[in-house]
Amino acid sequence: MKAIVNESSPVEAVTHRLSPAIWRRLVITAIMAAACILPFAISGYHVSQFSQVLIYAIAMLGLNILTGFNGQISLGHGAFYAIGAYTTAILLDKTGIPYWATVPIAGAICLSTGFLFGLPALRLEGLYLALATLALAVATPQILKFKGFDYWTGGVQGIQVDSPTALFGLPLDTDRRIYYFCLIWTVALVIIASNLLRGRTGRAMIAIRDHPLAAATMGINTALYKSLTFGVSAMYTGIAGALGAILSAYVSPDSFPVFLSIKFLVGSVVGGIASISGAFIGALLIEFTPNFAEQISKAAPDAIYGIILIGLMYLMPTGAIGILNLITARLRRGGSRQAPILHRKT
Amino acid sequence: MQGFLHQLLSGVANGGIYASLALALVMIYQATHHVNFAQGAMAMFSTYIAWALSDAGVPYWAAFGLTLLFSFLAGVAIERIIIRPVERGPALTIVIVFVGLLLILNSLAGWIFSYTIKILPSPFPSTAWYGSKYLSPHEVGMIVVTLAILILVFLFFRFTPLGLAMRAAAQNPVSSRLVGIRVGWMLAFGWGLAAAIGGVAGMMAAPIVYLDPDMMSGILLYGFAAALLGGIDNPWGAVLGGFFVGVLENIAGAYVVGTELKLTVALVIIVSVLVFKPAGLFGRTLVARV
Repeated sequence: MKAIVNESSPVEAVTHRLSPAIWRRLVITAIMAAACILPFAISGYHVSQFSQVLIYAIAMLGLNILTGFNGQISLGHGAFYAIGAYTTAILLDKTGIPYWATVPIAGAICLSTGFLFGLPALRLEGLYLALATLALAVATPQILKFKGFDYWTGGVQGIQVDSPTALFGLPLDTDRRIYYFCLIWTVALVIIASNLLRGRTGRAMIAIRDHPLAAATMGINTALYKSLTFGVSAMYTGIAGALGAILSAYVSPDSFPVFLSIKFLVGSVVGGIASISGAFIGALLIEFTPNFAEQISKAAPDAIYGIILIGLMYLMPTGAIGILNLITARLRRGGSRQAPILHRKT
Repeated sequence: MQGFLHQLLSGVANGGIYASLALALVMIYQATHHVNFAQGAMAMFSTYIAWALSDAGVPYWAAFGLTLLFSFLAGVAIERIIIRPVERGPALTIVIVFVGLLLILNSLAGWIFSYTIKILPSPFPSTAWYGSKYLSPHEVGMIVVTLAILILVFLFFRFTPLGLAMRAAAQNPVSSRLVGIRVGWMLAFGWGLAAAIGGVAGMMAAPIVYLDPDMMSGILLYGFAAALLGGIDNPWGAVLGGFFVGVLENIAGAYVVGTELKLTVALVIIVSVLVFKPAGLFGRTLVARV
């Protein structure tokens, strides 16, 4: 692994009026402010599109934690999204639990499911894990359609979910209520993820990705960390699924085809798979590409995703965030500083 | 008993399809240690070519041959153009490139041939003499065609200089290069052959599952299960695994879990093989040196 070289001398640091940390904070504040006023600038349909963007971003954040930071490849995160969505839908359908309380329950269920799936996944590496998770994604719709679960899952028909009727008593319509609900979850989960990844746990996860053996030698409990990461990742995607069920007010087995999982992977890779902010870029791409591309043909979005995927692997494996980092690093330092790219094992 | 025998035999017939697909997967795996996630999409695309040809009035077996030729060339082209630049990349890169390939092939098929379901007729007339109450003529034909392909592949690898060169290139690329084998092209031929074998699987499956861009995703899963069960580095194991998975799937579908959960059988096979016996039944156990 290449070390990140920082050659900036104290003199140079002084010549910059604003340090990168302050810049960063400014940008984040601006984005947050924009995200807060956005629903009042656009119409109802577009508001729910942006809610979907936030939901995808949470799901991809989960995938990034697992694949980008821990190196476990998953082609089956749609399954956890489906579990989260169904948990919320069943709870709303069968019990009187308020909608906001179903989301953490869905998260908890996905955390334990993910942890349990993570245990056999320990023995699988790279391609094999991708294969097992792909099988999970392909089998998910069939399992959801299974007759024995009909009472709970509604079978092929799926479950209708009532839209939320209140959010802290704020005077908002349904679309905007859901948007702010998703926004609160997004902010909370991003803060949790960035703290998790910056600290001891995150370093352990990255160490396991880059060199499992060395990580184990340094005293990291590889098995525990890997299955925990799987659990946390599934929890993120499950929460996204729960929010997705609330947004679409409907779940059915065919809303979770294998292409949902592939879509998550596409978004993650395009945004930058070892980054938090990359998830948002990926989510924007996944939500809005079909709008533009479907004017050409129904098949066009998938073709575009495919071409972008292969192109990125050749040219810029770190995705959009990698490109952004490269550009800002060049601008700031006249090109002498290496961009802070997370190096993957090659 | 008669019902059981019927399920067993049609399981063998389906197994032929899985065996061909598993063989295609193993051929690529042996040469490059890549699991080709786009194998199903490639087979689907070949099947569409066969449909387009027979729709244009080409007789079935001529269309069959032309499709195999096309698949072979397309497989070679895909290896040379798309896979080669990332051949030695990390696992994630390779998985993503395969997924990209899968997306492109799927959408191309939808774009060119539309998403409406097509029917590729069976070349075996439904009243033929070799049909019986246990096996329909198409199922008998499927078994015969699969076995013929397997024997041809075996003869090719065992008795032709090109087959020998390809085996050598897969086993020991460095030494092969030293004795003058063009290893890169051998890998590309391997891809071409795998694509052609996958195409056979697609054309045999088409009369059963109908033609649409997603037709192979379930079959690919069984192919994976077969390849893993037999040992992903062992062609014979993969073929046996294919027949075994076919039978298991049919019996389990008929008597244990019901037809709706058939794909879950594949999931269970894949996960349990990977967890309990990662080398498969006939594969070599890999010992990694650290």
